[in-house]
Amino acid sequence: MRIGIVCPYSWDVPGGVQFHIRDLAEYFIRLGHEVSVLAPADDDTPLPPYVVSAGRAVPVPYNGSVARLNFGFLSAARVRRWLHDGAFDVVHIHEPTSPSLGLLTCWAASGPIVATFHTSNPRSRAMIAAYAILQAALEKISARIAVSEYARRTLVEHLGGDAVVIPNGVDVDFFAEAEPKPEWRGGTLGFIGRIDEPRKGLPVLMRALPKILAARPETRLLVAGRGDEEAAVEDLPAELRSRVEFLGMVSDQDKARLLRSVDVYVAPNTGGESFGIILVEAMSAGAPVLASDLDAFVQVLDQGKAGEVFANEDADALADAALRLLGDPERRAELREAGSTHVRRFDWSTVGADILSVYETVTAGAAAVGADERTTGLRARFGLARD
Amino acid sequence: MTATLIWILVALVVIGVYLSWTAGRLDRLHVRMDAARAALDAQLLRRASVAQELATSGVLDPAASIVLYEAAHAARQAEEEQREVAESELSQALRAVFEDPAQVEAVREAPGGEEAARELAEAVRRVPMARRFHNDAVGAARRLREHRKVRWFRLAGHAPFPLAFEMDDESPAALVERVA
Repeated sequence: MRIGIVCPYSWDVPGGVQFHIRDLAEYFIRLGHEVSVLAPADDDTPLPPYVVSAGRAVPVPYNGSVARLNFGFLSAARVRRWLHDGAFDVVHIHEPTSPSLGLLTCWAASGPIVATFHTSNPRSRAMIAAYAILQAALEKISARIAVSEYARRTLVEHLGGDAVVIPNGVDVDFFAEAEPKPEWRGGTLGFIGRIDEPRKGLPVLMRALPKILAARPETRLLVAGRGDEEAAVEDLPAELRSRVEFLGMVSDQDKARLLRSVDVYVAPNTGGESFGIILVEAMSAGAPVLASDLDAFVQVLDQGKAGEVFANEDADALADAALRLLGDPERRAELREAGSTHVRRFDWSTVGADILSVYETVTAGAAAVGADERTTGLRARFGLARD
Repeated sequence: MTATLIWILVALVVIGVYLSWTAGRLDRLHVRMDAARAALDAQLLRRASVAQELATSGVLDPAASIVLYEAAHAARQAEEEQREVAESELSQALRAVFEDPAQVEAVREAPGGEEAARELAEAVRRVPMARRFHNDAVGAARRLREHRKVRWFRLAGHAPFPLAFEMDDESPAALVERVA
């Protein structure tokens, strides 16, 4: 099958959606499919052979932060050329509502289009203003995939229609077979994520730390992720700061080893999560998970059966739960066990097969993907274009 | 005077272009709906065929064979109006027969059973997908068709009003679990 995948975010910037697309593309290539990924990238970034650059993304203020987006004549032309050259059986667009490559492709393509909705942001004002245009573009999508039941619910509320739920994939064995590192073992809590992004919840964990250390002074917190380390420990009493170790940005291998080593993985995120891939990775590595009770997290943790949850943003509850887990090796072993069985459904072998089923369902009884002349050509406006 | 005429002309052209664009949109939605319906048909037929094959293969006990054969046969032969009911009954029959994981195991162990069980599991997984995509397309087409501009200017022509396909498509847990 010839598969075209559209990535809306810069390939040079690491992120959840980019990794998902990379793993998905490589999974399909291993199965012998032809895959081409269209992604924004600087012209001098080295790209894997299956990625086609759609030009550099432009930073613009959008939806309360600066987003790097692709739009305008040049990007639209590159999208059309990619569609034309690729002659795909199916095009898979990620994040079709972001005003970037996804939307441009939706606009320019005809034929079987599959779309994955990753985030579950409430509808933005720009989206309301552009609703009619957006709707006309989104109508072309033959199959919608939401990454969680929660994401599906927001999608149905905001845009109408329906979607199938297929979770994000993880290479479970990569994490399960990583070698634990001795110096990261023994009464350790783990945290992975951007330090200076408050929604990742490190401040909540920092507020909980004094209480945890008061009861179990030998505990250490290992933090992996970029950001200002000084600012992160600012509110912590000076004598406790040595119990926090910053590892900076870690490689995939080290991330897996870290998750294999820690006694409890803490995910104190305060919001903005529609899936929680890091929890799946932690469970794959056999780390007992303690997470805030966000809808998406509770679902990934099998309603709390595969990991423990605490009330969101409640540092006291976090401290109590962490202490309970650290003092109860049997419960930790139980969670390891439950987690390892539960994550099998997130393995690429399952997730990839499901996504392929979606492709096969939409391509059955449909022509291949082409550039849509009817909506974009000037002649089409006056009904002169041939079908 | 001339200025007014020109403005009226411009307004008419704009309205015309807008209506032609809407008609194009509607046409595309109908094409998508037809493709989704064809895909749903294909998946339902595939499911019924595999079920019927299994029922006649002799792997299942006679009672289960008869129940499954009846349901699969009825689903394949159903008239358009009875289709939803017949397909729902096939879902129920499949759930009843494969309720026990041991039954799935027994099918797998039979010669060629591995293949048959995989095909059936794939089919029961895809029917709900295809149905969701179909009903999603139907919903989008209906929303547009109920709009004033489409009704007043009869942009939908004689195309029949889109209907969703409602059925019980829950798959037998034991069968799907094994694949996962």
